[in-house]
Amino acid sequence: MLILTCPCCGVTAEETEFHAGGEAHLKRFGPGSDNADFENYLFMRENPKGVHFERWRHNNGCGKWFYAARCTMTLEVFGTYLAQTYEPPADLCAKISAKRPGWSWGRFS
Amino acid sequence: MSTRLATGGRLLNKARAVAFNFNKTAMKGFEGDTLALALLANDQMLIGRSFKYHRPRGLVASGAEEPNGLVNMGQGGKFEPNQRVTTTELFDGLTAESQNHWPSLEFDVGAVNAKLSRFMPAGFYYKMFIHPRPLWKHVYEPIIRAAAGLGKAPKDLDADTYEHFYAFCDVLVIGAGVAGLQAAKSAASSGAKVLLLEQNAHLGGRAPVDGGQINDQSADEFITTITAELAAMENVTIRTRTMGSGVYDHGYVLGYERLTDHAPDLAGPRHRLWRIRAGHIVTATGAIERPLSFAGNDIPGVMLAGAVRDYAVNYGVSIGDRTVVVTNNDDAYRTAITLKHAGLDVPVILDARVLATDSALVAQAKALGIRVLMGHAISSVQGGKRVTGVSVCSQAGEGSVLEEITCDVVAMSGGWSPVVHLWSHCGGKLTWDDAQAHFRPDPSRAPTGDKGQAFVTCAGSANGEMGLAEIMADADAAGKAAATAMGFKPKTQQAPSAVTVAEAAMMPVWLMPQGAGYKLRSKTWLDYQNDVKVSDVQLAAQEGFESVEHAKRYTTLGMATDQGKLSNINGLAILSDALNQPIPQTGTTTFRPPYTPISMGSVGGEARGHVFQPVRRTPMYDWHDENGADWEPVGQWRRPYAYVRDGETVHDAVMRETKNTREALGILDASTLGKLIVKGADAGKFLDMLYTNMMSTLKVGKCRYGLMCNENGFLSDDGVVARIDDDTFLCHTTTGGAETIHGHMEEWLQTEWWDWDVYVANVTEQYAQVAVVGPNARTALERLGGMDVSAESLGFMEWADGTLGGFDVRVYRISFSGELSYEIAVPASQGQAFWDALMAVGADLGAMPYGTECLHILRAEKGFIMIGDETDGTVIPQDLGLGWAISKKKEDYLGKRAQEREHMASSERWKLVGLETVDGSTLPDGAYAVGEGTNANGQRNMIGRVTSSYHSPNLNKGIAMGLVLHGPDRMGEVITFPGTDGKNYEAKIVSPIFYDPEGEKPNV
Repeated sequence: MLILTCPCCGVTAEETEFHAGGEAHLKRFGPGSDNADFENYLFMRENPKGVHFERWRHNNGCGKWFYAARCTMTLEVFGTYLAQTYEPPADLCAKISAKRPGWSWGRFS
Repeated sequence: MSTRLATGGRLLNKARAVAFNFNKTAMKGFEGDTLALALLANDQMLIGRSFKYHRPRGLVASGAEEPNGLVNMGQGGKFEPNQRVTTTELFDGLTAESQNHWPSLEFDVGAVNAKLSRFMPAGFYYKMFIHPRPLWKHVYEPIIRAAAGLGKAPKDLDADTYEHFYAFCDVLVIGAGVAGLQAAKSAASSGAKVLLLEQNAHLGGRAPVDGGQINDQSADEFITTITAELAAMENVTIRTRTMGSGVYDHGYVLGYERLTDHAPDLAGPRHRLWRIRAGHIVTATGAIERPLSFAGNDIPGVMLAGAVRDYAVNYGVSIGDRTVVVTNNDDAYRTAITLKHAGLDVPVILDARVLATDSALVAQAKALGIRVLMGHAISSVQGGKRVTGVSVCSQAGEGSVLEEITCDVVAMSGGWSPVVHLWSHCGGKLTWDDAQAHFRPDPSRAPTGDKGQAFVTCAGSANGEMGLAEIMADADAAGKAAATAMGFKPKTQQAPSAVTVAEAAMMPVWLMPQGAGYKLRSKTWLDYQNDVKVSDVQLAAQEGFESVEHAKRYTTLGMATDQGKLSNINGLAILSDALNQPIPQTGTTTFRPPYTPISMGSVGGEARGHVFQPVRRTPMYDWHDENGADWEPVGQWRRPYAYVRDGETVHDAVMRETKNTREALGILDASTLGKLIVKGADAGKFLDMLYTNMMSTLKVGKCRYGLMCNENGFLSDDGVVARIDDDTFLCHTTTGGAETIHGHMEEWLQTEWWDWDVYVANVTEQYAQVAVVGPNARTALERLGGMDVSAESLGFMEWADGTLGGFDVRVYRISFSGELSYEIAVPASQGQAFWDALMAVGADLGAMPYGTECLHILRAEKGFIMIGDETDGTVIPQDLGLGWAISKKKEDYLGKRAQEREHMASSERWKLVGLETVDGSTLPDGAYAVGEGTNANGQRNMIGRVTSSYHSPNLNKGIAMGLVLHGPDRMGEVITFPGTDGKNYEAKIVSPIFYDPEGEKPNV
């Protein structure tokens, strides 16, 4: 059971206080998008052995969604950050690079 | 025979006898005994029967690794199967029965399987029972099921209670042998908060049995001293009878405390599940001895050498008078020496090794006059329900008998394996130790925590350290390292001093003798409980089950309740040999929690009965309960299914309510409907994205029915939206949907459209809502008085605020029944009073409460869909003829793009229709319609299914809705629904609107 820190209210808590919400930083494709883009958006997900970006909600707490960067192999949590963004913060990417040189995930590296 | 010795028994209180009952025979033991010991002291060597061949089984081990000693314990609500006798403390009045035999333990008909064992190798069931296919369901499966399982399943409700306990500590030490005690002390000296768990009732572990001096004290004295020191430290908590069950992510640990198993008369919960968050974990879980693989090693009387020694020293029990010791290491010599000192006979030590010079222990055994045969082995053990002797051979040969030796006990030792389970649970990796032929923790690949730090350290023999001096030094270092990792400064005290008796190297022996032929190998057991033999593992390898995980499942090796604690390494070695590869390349199977089985009751804790989950009650709950409500769970809510009167069946009540609502006046508690306030400058724009139809154009004072889809295009919720003012909407959701839809809205607002000015609040429980339905609805409200509810002032699909009978109300003129209908919201605290007022004014208008089943029939008569009946997560609005509720003008809404996908737009999708049986009967709910031809599996092709089906008292016939291939184009056609009762139901495809197709009734 993971320990996570909500970047919105600052509480560090057990996984049972949160709810996992799948992959972070999906780009929505709506009407007018071509089949390949829509398929990617709706169905295709990263399944990495290593660095991963996920959505979580502090549903038994402040109720806010946030994003977490963690390692699926070692369970290390590199950091959490507010959901109102299109990409992970630069300082977090730098921190991950220091620990996992050469990492890449989706369109980020 | 096995008996109690005159001396020994350090864990016993011989002043207090304890009476118990085994297989209906009264027996006596002492306080401090485990059930295993009390049985042995009563010469009950035969304790059970094995799973597959029903072989006689006696005890092999003395702890949690015991595979055979499983019994049915207790009676009635305290009955529990598969209780391990070696970990069951004796108490007055204990009752136990042996398992897996018929008619009796001594004479078991199932033992014929053993005679057939040659024809029942690994994979027997898979190979034998696959043909002919139809026989499986009706012949093979019932017979195999009847024969399967060891203990009986409990029949009564569990009479005990259980609880969960939350704990936090800096350092958690699991196992309180000398290593665990020392690690706890070394960690606690830093001031760190330490929790020490021990699965047994006593502290100290095996050290007092194995002997040795620590800090110039005997092991017993050392344990007394250090226990007192720990007890005096405020930052240390010690829990006995508490097993470290599993290690999980980021230092989460489950502990399993058995509070009253040893004393059922004590008040309070039986088991306590500790949910521990530990900063750093030290596992000092010791090591488990391995059996040796020789023919007949499963006959009662063949035991682990360490267990024989435990029994003599801890409990003063001799297993027999003449013990042959067979070993590949020095440790087993301690057993021979202990027995000799107890005055028992050890005719021979068979040592598979050939040592150039005698080690200290070998010399000591010889000096006691014990005959030692180097390079020798057991060819086979004689005996049926009890060992009678062994045939001796050379280890290097094929088993030619050199000598027969009479004995009643065989004490075997194949070396020791560290208990690495807890280390491995959360990803700790192992390394193979060639010298000791075991897997040990690899400290460079520890389980890692949230910051990437190692959070488990192993100590003592669990870490692969087997000498006492090394164990104590390792434990001291582990305790200090754990405290340091948590930011504490351990005192620089000296590690305790101890002297290790120098031992000669052990020699891996995986098969005895090494050239044993098939006949011997097929009598050589690896897994005692599941009857897996050396020959079975070899057969699995030969048949291509090369992965250790596959071989495990094919042979069932290690799948018994002991989870391979004894058998796995021996099995891996045999598999590796068969595959001609080194053991580390074969690897181990995955270690999974719990370490030993824990009770289901402890997992549930307090969450049973009415506290299993919260029940949500509307303000009128008590009234419903007093007026005959037949309760139905809807999510966490309880809603009346119907209000049953004296002399009525539930069905009668439903029929009465349904007719009355159409003919007079029905009153429904609709408070459970979700009510979400959506507010803000962009609220309209937001709802346009959430609903398939246009909400932003809704005028203040008006209501509109809306459909909500997920991004996959599937219909997920529906309800009526009311526009309260320019930037405020109130969205009704389904009863079960309020929290989910609230979450759905928040998700999109927070993660996609975070710059939109919209706020959502769930006000479901702030209001009581009452539907007033039927031709007399308006009259009833007019009698209450206070606001104009006429058709002119409050039209269909409009809402208004006002007062009725002095209550502040918001009245929605909406209808889910097809009748004249008002839904009236009042503050929750006034719900009951308003309900009472309505009932009073409606008394002579036929006012009658109605339940959810009536609601369902009314809506089905109108062809209104119900989320969860007509939808199941694969249905889109277009399937349900709801195209009218999908805006063609909007560029976008959630699900729009998905509904344009080829499969979603296909004309082959099943569509909603009404169904009417030819004979007026009611169609079975969920039945499938069959069409022409068959599919690839030879089954009839399906062309539709029933989604809702009821008897309508208003139309006096069965009515149903269903999804049918090309349904709307097949009006009038009769299709066939085979029922599970063997009958065929013929139904005609009709319009789904059975009642008032013009929709005139609500619009008056």
